[in-house]
Amino acid sequence: MKAGILAAAAAAFTFAVAGGAQAGATLDAIKAKGFVQCGVNAGLPGFASPDSAGNWTGLDVDYCRAVAVALFNDPQKVKFTPLSAQQRFPAIQSGEVDLLSRNTTWTLTRDTSVGLNFAPVTYYDGQGFMVAKKLGVKSAKELNGATVCVQSGTTTELNLADYFRSNNMSYNPVVIENNDEVNAAFFAGRCDVLTTDASQLASTRASVAPKPDDYVILPEIISKEPLAPAVRHGDDAWYDIVKWVVYATIQAEESGITSKNVDEHLNSKNPEIQRLLGVSAGMGKALGVDEKWAYNIVKKVGNYSEIFERNVGMSTPLKLERGLNGLWTKGGLQYAMPVR
Amino acid sequence: MATHTQDSGRAPSRLSLNDPTVRAIFFQVLVIGGVLALAFFLVSNTLDNLERRAIATGFHFLDREASFGIGESIIDYSPKDTYGKAFVVGILNTLKVSVIGIVLATVIGTLIGIARLSSNWLLARLATGYVEIIRNIPPLLQLFVWYQVITESMPPVRLALNPLPGVFLSQRGITVPVPAADPVWTWVFIAVLLGFIASVIMGKWAKIRQAATGQPFPVLGMSLVLILGLPLIAYVAGGAPSVMDVPQLQGFNFRGGLVLSPEFAAILFGLSIYTAAFIAEIVRGGILAVSYGQSEAAAALGLKRGVALRLVILPQALRVIVPPTTSQFLNLTKNSSLALAIGYPDLVSILNTTINQTGQAIEGVAMIMGSYLAISLSISLFMNWYNKRIALVER
Repeated sequence: MKAGILAAAAAAFTFAVAGGAQAGATLDAIKAKGFVQCGVNAGLPGFASPDSAGNWTGLDVDYCRAVAVALFNDPQKVKFTPLSAQQRFPAIQSGEVDLLSRNTTWTLTRDTSVGLNFAPVTYYDGQGFMVAKKLGVKSAKELNGATVCVQSGTTTELNLADYFRSNNMSYNPVVIENNDEVNAAFFAGRCDVLTTDASQLASTRASVAPKPDDYVILPEIISKEPLAPAVRHGDDAWYDIVKWVVYATIQAEESGITSKNVDEHLNSKNPEIQRLLGVSAGMGKALGVDEKWAYNIVKKVGNYSEIFERNVGMSTPLKLERGLNGLWTKGGLQYAMPVR
Repeated sequence: MATHTQDSGRAPSRLSLNDPTVRAIFFQVLVIGGVLALAFFLVSNTLDNLERRAIATGFHFLDREASFGIGESIIDYSPKDTYGKAFVVGILNTLKVSVIGIVLATVIGTLIGIARLSSNWLLARLATGYVEIIRNIPPLLQLFVWYQVITESMPPVRLALNPLPGVFLSQRGITVPVPAADPVWTWVFIAVLLGFIASVIMGKWAKIRQAATGQPFPVLGMSLVLILGLPLIAYVAGGAPSVMDVPQLQGFNFRGGLVLSPEFAAILFGLSIYTAAFIAEIVRGGILAVSYGQSEAAAALGLKRGVALRLVILPQALRVIVPPTTSQFLNLTKNSSLALAIGYPDLVSILNTTINQTGQAIEGVAMIMGSYLAISLSISLFMNWYNKRIALVER
């Protein structure tokens, strides 16, 4: 809608009047104002959505909180800006938000000409297709000629075109900006197929579909969608903090540290754990945050496994398995760089 | 100039702010300089900031492969084409909905406006109700309603309604058969154009002849013969092909025929009906602005009612109607950008996708603004020309 244009225009204006960004400017500004401004999805249960009390919850939201804990030792020191797929890049480019944690796929273009720096991947996703069960479709290869509902301004739109092209199939896209309207059009029957990241399909089926059992998610995953938090170019110190906050949650899981037993691990003899939890000093200073940064993150937000299971795991309506998001030691891709 | 004033005997002007000429020039230079300095500051600062953050600039992306699909397009388009071509598709889609919307809104608006003046109580009240309800609800909401109504109320594609042979109504829109492609249709199209041109020339000739001899000429009837007859001759001469491209259900959708998509239908009806409410009020005002004495005077001259309406009332009403209607046409064109909300691939929708894939928001927004400005100025120029043509000629 107009919002996307407004955001883009606002970005253009901000570029025009803002002074030149200096290295460290973002981090200094965050410290001065006392909270992190975090751009999140406007409503994607499991990743970012406000609960009945108005508190934001979700995997993306928890990483915003983890960054706030690293800086201020308080998961509430974060303000959320709900962003559409269209609004997100202008918002982060112009400095309207400090951190973009909004199920955003890491691509070369975005890493370079869009002006972003991506932190480690918090969710390895892939694009899938959902269809009504009564169509009797078993594979995405049978979708020739189908009408496909897709949200505008996403990598999804491009993967869709690539997939149909490479399989010599035709399709008819219905491209709508607002995610709710995309879902409404699909469930009304305007399209045969709904396509987006598989995790989002699971979320939509669980929370939006009139009867979740009437819809199936096809087995094909047609793309790599590494979803990662991002910051804008120009402040390496800030980028480092976001990067290592993600690593800390993964390393904590690998070392078996959870929010429940983190206090016991303070007495651990393992030097790796001592460095992570700030028992032996140095890591926090190198990052420019409190020595207890990782301890605080695990204590107040949790390790990667806790964040995953709480928001999107098997006990939630999304019922997602760890799969690719398992630790490297368990056949997954989650791998933290050494904290030393 | 200055020396000239000295010669004419006035006090020699000095370079002082007390001199009105000097003062005027001084302040004009000051204002222009200020505006230019601000513009320079904004542009250079923007470029500087973009470069500092290593964000790409320029319009090179227009030559790159777009690799996204577009739901409907007048020209052939595939994801293999460039962003530049996608942009053209967007402009054409915007023009399509604007032009058809303007025609439809004018027709509906005129009918409703006349209906409001009707002596039939029910008709007049219904027209009033239409105007008051439609023009007081935001257009975006109306679009959502239209889109919901179309997608929710129509049957699924496999249970499509089939009111006429070859015509199918479903959630995928209205599908109608069209004549299969044949070179004859190009000639028929050219014949229609020729018919129009010939009619215009004939109209001019008839006017001159009537002024000279007083003999009227049946222009309307002869024009119809020309506009319908010429294409018919071309069609028969071309062998009268009768093969039709009839839509058929294949797999998920209908193939073949012409499709009126629900998105296009929703944006077209939504905008036409919204704008028609405003045009109705303008038409009503225009007709009321012509005093009743004019009708009486025409009757006194012995003009029939139809002739009086055509030669006396309408020309005067049009003078009042045209300028505000131009604004409504422009509004309709600009409101077509709301199409994004319901998935019609208009200019804004396509450029939004482009902005998102390339990250070049400033260039994209500039292109949107430039395009709307160009379209709106064209409409404005045309309507101003028309307005001048019908304006009161003072003798």
